Amino acid sequence: MRSGVIAKKIGMTRLFMEDGKQIPVTVLHLDNLQVVAQRTADKDGYTAVQLGAGTAKAKNTSKAMRGHFATAKVEPKRKVAEFRVAPENLLPVGAEIIADHYFEGQYVDVSGTSIGKGFAGAMKRHNFGGLRASHGVSISHRSHGSTGQCQDPGRVFKGKKMAGHMGAARVTTQNLQVIRTDADRGLIMVKGAVPGSKGGWVTIKDAVKKPTPSNLVLPAALKSDAAPVEAAAEGGENNEG
Amino acid sequence: MDLIAQLEAEQIASLGKTIPDFKAGDTVRVGYKVTEGTRTRVQMYEGICISRKNGKGIAGSFTVRKISFGEGVERVFPLFSTNIDSIEVVRRGKVRRSKLYYLRARRGKSARIAEVTNYKPLNSGADA
Repeated sequence: MRSGVIAKKIGMTRLFMEDGKQIPVTVLHLDNLQVVAQRTADKDGYTAVQLGAGTAKAKNTSKAMRGHFATAKVEPKRKVAEFRVAPENLLPVGAEIIADHYFEGQYVDVSGTSIGKGFAGAMKRHNFGGLRASHGVSISHRSHGSTGQCQDPGRVFKGKKMAGHMGAARVTTQNLQVIRTDADRGLIMVKGAVPGSKGGWVTIKDAVKKPTPSNLVLPAALKSDAAPVEAAAEGGENNEG
Repeated sequence: MDLIAQLEAEQIASLGKTIPDFKAGDTVRVGYKVTEGTRTRVQMYEGICISRKNGKGIAGSFTVRKISFGEGVERVFPLFSTNIDSIEVVRRGKVRRSKLYYLRARRGKSARIAEVTNYKPLNSGADA
């Protein structure tokens, strides 16, 4: 099990492929994604990495969180989330994860907070059919209708689907395919819609309902990974020169 | 420019399509790639463009109506579809609305559209 990422939902667009297909994609942005803390079995009883994304002003960050970011030596982050990882996939504090973390064609699960719908009726909330338009129905065309039986049981069963608050809940969309990644700009494009509004934060994880792909980047695609390789190559050339 | 607009502009540039200047009322001939088994060929579809939707962006589309064997046929094409081989303007029509859905209720003589005789290309300077 390796770390997921925190991403910002930018919006949706479409991609025209060479074979004539067009694919609706959601563009997700990895904004300054860094490891803020580690959770280890010795200290916390489980292994996980705490990631932070975005940039927050120091004056808008609580003193406690400022101290937390200071110990990690990272800029204050807007959004912080934890991801359970296997002990061998722990990431060093301060490491920056890039969009190459996912390969094109991989399946992922995306979680976020869905758009709030407020107090919604039974038709919108539970896809009830409503009442008839005519035949004596009076000012209750969108009502839920009967909620139960008569004197026996004499109550409404728990869990009865009725009107109430809808949306603004944590929702996971499973098995979305990664269509394209752009490491330079930190973009991940996944096929289809993801929960939440534009500008909202979502978390992306490897799909739990698909077999683990063999070409996963383990423990994670880090910015520091790519940089030293290039630096070494340049250094080598210089030495030869 | 926001990121989505930027991505769409990049994609339009990379697709490298030249979309002729046409609007509702114009008669267009669309070359559409059809795959039969392993072979692809270009099928021509000619008719009156009765609507343009979602502008010139990546989501743009247009509807072409023609009468085929006495039956009205409408096809919606995405403007930047990679299946479109070519778009050619055959005739410029003179109409006063952007959506010509009223043509659906008409047949024959009343479904005709007058031709524009004084058509000027939008950016003639750029073309020349």
